[in-house]
Amino acid sequence: MFEFLLKRLASVVPTLILVSVLIFGLQQLLPGDPAMVLAGEEQDPTVVAYLRVKLHLDKPLPVRYGYWVAGVLKGDLGESIRSQEPVLTLVLQKLPVTVELALLAFAIALLIGIPAGVVSAVGRGTAWDALANGFSLWGISTPNFWLGILLIMLFSVQLGWLPASGYVSPFVDLRANLAAMIMPAFVLGNGIAGVLMRHTRSAMLQVMSADYVRTARAKGLSERVVVLKHALRNALTPIITLGALELGTLLSGAVLTEQVFTIPGFGKLVVDSVFNRDYAVVQGVVLVTASAYITLNLLADLAYFAVNPKLRS
Amino acid sequence: MKKKLLISLLLLAGLAQVHAQTLRVGLAEDPDALDPTRARSFVGRIVFSALCDKLFDIDEKLNIVPQLAQSYAWSADSKALTIKVRPGVTFHDGEKLDAAAVKFNIERHKTLPGSNRRGELAPVTSVDVVDAMTVRLNLKEPFAPLLATLTDRAGMMVSPKAAQAEGEKFASNPVCSGPFKFVERVAQDRIVLERYDGYWNKQNVHFDKVTYTPIPDATVRLANLKSGQLDFIERVASSDIEKLIAEKKLKVARITEIGYQGITINIGKSERAQQNPLGRDPRVREAFELSLDRQGLAQVVMDNEATVGNQWVAPSNAFYAKNVPVPKRDIAKAKALLKAAGVPHPSFTLLTSTSSDAQRIALVVQAMTREAGFDVKIQAAEFATSLNMADKGDFDAYVLAWSGRPDPDGNLFSFHGCKQPLNYAGYCSAETDKLLDQSRALLDPAARKKVFEQIAAQVLKERPVVYLYHRNWLWAYSPKLSGVRDIPDGLLRVTGLKMAP
Repeated sequence: MFEFLLKRLASVVPTLILVSVLIFGLQQLLPGDPAMVLAGEEQDPTVVAYLRVKLHLDKPLPVRYGYWVAGVLKGDLGESIRSQEPVLTLVLQKLPVTVELALLAFAIALLIGIPAGVVSAVGRGTAWDALANGFSLWGISTPNFWLGILLIMLFSVQLGWLPASGYVSPFVDLRANLAAMIMPAFVLGNGIAGVLMRHTRSAMLQVMSADYVRTARAKGLSERVVVLKHALRNALTPIITLGALELGTLLSGAVLTEQVFTIPGFGKLVVDSVFNRDYAVVQGVVLVTASAYITLNLLADLAYFAVNPKLRS
Repeated sequence: MKKKLLISLLLLAGLAQVHAQTLRVGLAEDPDALDPTRARSFVGRIVFSALCDKLFDIDEKLNIVPQLAQSYAWSADSKALTIKVRPGVTFHDGEKLDAAAVKFNIERHKTLPGSNRRGELAPVTSVDVVDAMTVRLNLKEPFAPLLATLTDRAGMMVSPKAAQAEGEKFASNPVCSGPFKFVERVAQDRIVLERYDGYWNKQNVHFDKVTYTPIPDATVRLANLKSGQLDFIERVASSDIEKLIAEKKLKVARITEIGYQGITINIGKSERAQQNPLGRDPRVREAFELSLDRQGLAQVVMDNEATVGNQWVAPSNAFYAKNVPVPKRDIAKAKALLKAAGVPHPSFTLLTSTSSDAQRIALVVQAMTREAGFDVKIQAAEFATSLNMADKGDFDAYVLAWSGRPDPDGNLFSFHGCKQPLNYAGYCSAETDKLLDQSRALLDPAARKKVFEQIAAQVLKERPVVYLYHRNWLWAYSPKLSGVRDIPDGLLRVTGLKMAP
């Protein structure tokens, strides 16, 4: 296991290098000149020229990549060319928000998706199955921004129970924080719950027909123990993989949901930065997101060991 | 007992009055750097109007009124502007505003690397401190739009001490002399300002705090206002206005902008101008304009929340050239012109950004001009890309809006002067250049108006830009909020605003 871990860690470095080259290169393929976007309406030629030099846009691509990598290695992700704030500050401002939203959404997805999948597999063909399938279809096919606006209309404008926007840090006021986060977390979790339910259901159906489940039943174990202890545990491996991927996606920022609920997270930051050709910010955010993805996949691999004793040997 | 209860209730009511009152404003975008010298975005100016006072301001009728200046006088040869600085003004760090501070600021605007004010203040050659509270701006040549320039960011004064101490980082902690001082900013989330007790006009400030929240989606912005999360929002979607007015739950302001929406035509920016009948032949451009029904456009695209126009200023503006009125749609004449030009079915590409307004304009223009025989192909590119294409002359026609400046010069010179930075059309005429220079040199409005009429006659027959309409700034706000001033630059002034309990 230790050896496996070392190997996995060693593969992280080349992956990160590849990611950095890709994101740097791909951005340069975008048409449009960042200096012109930044120069604003006036397009003063002296300002455009000044910005080109300041942003090293007059230098060849490999040199610019060099500048950036050298900065990153020193812990300097550069400066946002729009707000002139350090990228690291921006990332650190947004990261906790996105992590909180992602974890809440993920918790909601797990709480809905897995039980629904188990119930529908166990009661295959019953009304419960149909209900869970219907819910899953709804979750997968409802666009986030639309559901978000509907929830705002209902809970904020009509009923006045929840704020339509206004993120508050949980350290300042936990209640206000949860009130602001519950709708966006539900919107995000709802979609993922649908996907999780489908996967749990199919994995469970497969496992439930396996020999050892029949054996367990023959031993006279209660259905509860058979389903939860024997079947679900074995069905979990594919669900963990999927869960890690979904959580990774959540951590890269939920663009539309963040826009609708004005949550100051990664999604908003990255979209605004792409449109403003704020290269440094996009690079910084993608680097952090890629690292998060890699870490989560690593954790998912470790989780396999926890649920599957066969892998430990 | 009853009496006691009444007294305590009254006391409570009194306490509520004293309780900190916050004005919560919803913006359509997140502002850029909060340094008047470097700032570039429209939305940043909304924040500046609470944070940084200017030498001059404009009123509802576009008249220039003193703000940090007390009075001004032009020299006899119009080459020097002497400004008396308002006494008793301090910056948020307690430093005094005096003639030396004004000199520092104008020089900072002119010399700071990356200053976006340099072009605006180019005619100013030097600044003299006449006495402690009097400053003189010396000009290369007479420059009538200077006062109007000083009503915007070029006229904003920041604390010289803070600017020197903070250097590059000034924008993250701006120190000005407006009614509110900077507290904090979380990018894309909020900007928080707090009342400045040393403000020179503090009797007109009735809030303790102002927060600005950027919410890009107009529907969400409005939902936040309706649910009481915000007190004021700018740029309401035009499709929501009629319903808001009918509902009567919120107050609404509709103000004709000082900018415009138009279509820029490549008539000389690149070789492409000569390859296309629209860029090559003024008759084709005239036919193009005649095939447009501006009122129809305004109705479909803006739900009629716009005033049609054919010039860089709206027909209601004092400098509108009445000798060139808005032409009526005339398909027969358009067809005849195309026939005379030898191209009954000219085809060209109309470039637009991906904003929904611009795309709708392109679609309606395509449909309207088809009746006269035009074949318009629409090319939508995301804004940064379209701007780059326009700059390179890689377009036939381009849907482009301008947010506008209080003086007509700001909507005109940079667009129609030879080789000026915003002259995407590539229009260049020695005669127009001469007239433009003349319009800048004359201080008398009546004489300037005559020159603008000549410029209109000259430029509009060439049609480097076909002006379509002037949009309405659409604001919605809480019915408890009073004192909102409808100033055509679309910037909310916070002094004078009051919230009823």
